[in-house]
Amino acid sequence: MASVIQLDHIWKTYRTEDVELHAVRDVSLQIAKGEFVAIMGSSGSGKSTMMNIIGCLDRPSKGTYQLDGIDVSTLDRDGLADIRNQKIGFVFQGFNLLTRTSAVENVELPMMYSRTTIPSRDMRRRALKALDMVGLSQRADHHPNQLSGGQQQRVAIARALVNEPALLLADEPTGNLDTRTSIEIMEVFQTLNDQGITIIMVTHEHDIAQYNKRCLVMRDGVVRSDTPVVDRSSAKAQREALEVHAAGGGPKA
Amino acid sequence: MTSLATLNLALRALQRNKMRSILTMLGIVIGVGAVVAMVGIGNGAKSQVEAQIATLGQNVILIFPSSYSSGGVQSGIGGAGTLKLEDAKAIEAEVPDVVAVSPGTRVSSQLNYGNQNWSTSVIGEAPEYFEIRQWEIVDGAGFSEQEVRSAAKVAVIGATVARQLFGEEDPLGQIMRVKHVPFQVIGVLKPKGTSVMGSDQDDVVIVPYTTVMKRLSGTTNLRMISVQCTGEDRMAAVVDGITELLRQRHRLSGDRENDFMVRSQQEIAEMATATSKVLTLLLGAIASVSLIVGGIGIMNIMLVSVTERTREIGIRIALGAHGTDIMRQFLIEAVTLSSLGGTLGILLGLATSTLLSRFAGWPTLTSVNAIVIAFLFSAAVGVFFGLYPAKKAAALDPIDALRYE
Repeated sequence: MASVIQLDHIWKTYRTEDVELHAVRDVSLQIAKGEFVAIMGSSGSGKSTMMNIIGCLDRPSKGTYQLDGIDVSTLDRDGLADIRNQKIGFVFQGFNLLTRTSAVENVELPMMYSRTTIPSRDMRRRALKALDMVGLSQRADHHPNQLSGGQQQRVAIARALVNEPALLLADEPTGNLDTRTSIEIMEVFQTLNDQGITIIMVTHEHDIAQYNKRCLVMRDGVVRSDTPVVDRSSAKAQREALEVHAAGGGPKA
Repeated sequence: MTSLATLNLALRALQRNKMRSILTMLGIVIGVGAVVAMVGIGNGAKSQVEAQIATLGQNVILIFPSSYSSGGVQSGIGGAGTLKLEDAKAIEAEVPDVVAVSPGTRVSSQLNYGNQNWSTSVIGEAPEYFEIRQWEIVDGAGFSEQEVRSAAKVAVIGATVARQLFGEEDPLGQIMRVKHVPFQVIGVLKPKGTSVMGSDQDDVVIVPYTTVMKRLSGTTNLRMISVQCTGEDRMAAVVDGITELLRQRHRLSGDRENDFMVRSQQEIAEMATATSKVLTLLLGAIASVSLIVGGIGIMNIMLVSVTERTREIGIRIALGAHGTDIMRQFLIEAVTLSSLGGTLGILLGLATSTLLSRFAGWPTLTSVNAIVIAFLFSAAVGVFFGLYPAKKAAALDPIDALRYE
C-alpha cells in the first residue's frame, strides 16, 4: 500500500550559542495509508519535534520528508501552510478551538483558508457533515464554553476532518480528559480509522497507545522500538462495559 | 479567505471589546472632528474675504503712487504725488487690452443737508468708474463725460450717506453742500458692504474728478488710477505694460525703484487671503496632531490585541492561514476602527461648525473635499499604525503561538 508518510534520514538540530542539540537524529520511517500509529516517549525524547515535523509546522534540518507523495522538506512557509490545510488534520491536547465562535464556525475554519474559494453554503454543509461524523450535529450552534471537554475535542476532530486530509495528527488528544471521556474520544478515532483514515497520535500514556495498531517509542531523538500493538483495546467494548456497570447491571467490583 | 469574511471577522473582534474599541476610536473621532471643524472655519473666513474682493469689480488693476523717500525720510503711501492725470490718459491711449481707465482723487469733507451733517470722503472719478467697479446705481444715474469736462457740481452717493444725511427723504435731485459748495444728488449707489480692509464702502460720495480738482482740493495729483482690462488672462500683460509706460513717463532709468505701485485684483485677493490661508493651515496642522495621537492609540490597542490573541493566531496558522491572511485580518481591524472613528469624527466636525456658525456667528464653510480627505486620511492612519502590529502577528511562529498561555 502507498505510504502516506515517508521520512528519510531526518535530523533536527537546534543551535544555542555554541551547543548543538539534536532533537531528532537520523530517523527514517514509513507510515502506510490506514495505519493508526502511536508515538510514545518521555519529555525530551524528541516526540514533539517529530510531531511538528510530520505536521509541517517545522522543517527538518536534514533529510527528506514525503507526505502523500509530495516532498515537503523544501517548501516555504506558505507552501507548508497549504499542505497543512489540505493534507493534515490537527487535534491538540488543549482542543484549541476559537472561543466565542460557534462549533460549526470552528469546523469551517480550515475551509476559510483553502486556496480555492468554497461557497459559504458548501462550507456549512461540509462542516455539519463533519460534526455529524463525530456525533455532534445537534450542538452545531453551541460555543466551546457551552460544551464539555469531550464535546470540544469532538469539535476539534470534526475540524480536522473537514478538508478530508490524508492524515489525522493528534497531540495528546486525551491529555485534558478524564478516563471515561478519553475512551469516548478513542472510540471516535477507532471508528474513523476503521473507515480508512490514517491517524498518528502522540501520547505518553500506555493505555491510550493500546488503542492504536502500531507503537513507536522514541528516546534521545531516535526511534527505540517500532512494534505492532498486541492485545489491542476496543474503546467501543470498554464504553459499553462501563455503561452496563453504571446502570447497575454489571458484577460488583 | 474572502475580504467580506475578513471584514466580518474584524467587526466581530471589535464588538467583543466594545468599550475598548470605542475609547480607541475616540482619538480618531476627536482628531477628524477637529480637522473638519477647523478647516470649515478657515474656509469660511477665506470665502468671506473672497466675497469682499469680488466687490472690487472685474479684471481690475489699481495703480497707487508709492511712498517717496528723500534723504532717508519716507513719506506715506501716496505722499509722493507722483501720479498725474496725464498718466491716466496715457495708459488709456497707449496700453493695449485696456477697456476703461478712471483717475481717482479724494478729499475728506463734511456734508450738509438741511440741519443734518455727515463727514465722509468725497472721491473724484471718471464716469467709467461705476462700470469698472461693477457698481450699480439703483436710483437716478451717473454723471456724463460732458459733466466731467464742465466740472459739474453733481454727486452720486453711497447708501450710508443717503441714510445718514437724508433719512427717509428721497435724496434724488436734492442739493447738499460739500465744503459749502452746493452739489445736486443725481444717483444713489447699490450697497456693497464692508471692504477687505474693514471699512464701509457705502460711506462715500462720488463726483467727477475734475470737480474735486477744481472746486474742492485744488490739487491735480491722483490718489489712484483704476483700470479695467479685457480679460483675466491679459492682466499680467497689462500690469507689465502699465509699469513700463509709467517708468518711461516718470523717467525712471536703470535700477531706480518705481514711484508707483501696480496691483492686479488677483494680487490684492492673494494678499487678503494669505492670512486666512495661514490660519486654515495652522488650525489644520494642530488638528492633525490629534489625529496622529489617535493613530498611536490604535497601534497600541492592536499590539495588545495581537498579544492577547497569540493562541488564536497560532491556530489559524496551523490550520493553513498564510502570513498575508493574518496580516490582512489585523490590518482590516485597524482600518475599520480608524475609518469608523473618521466617519463619526466627520459628523462631529460638521455639528461643531454648524453650531459655531449658528451661535457664535462665525462664517464656516465645509467643503466635500475636506470631508473626503479627512475620511481617507483617517483610513490611512489605520493602515499606517495598523501595519506594524499586523506584521508582528503574521510573523508569529505557529509552534510557539500554540504553546502561548
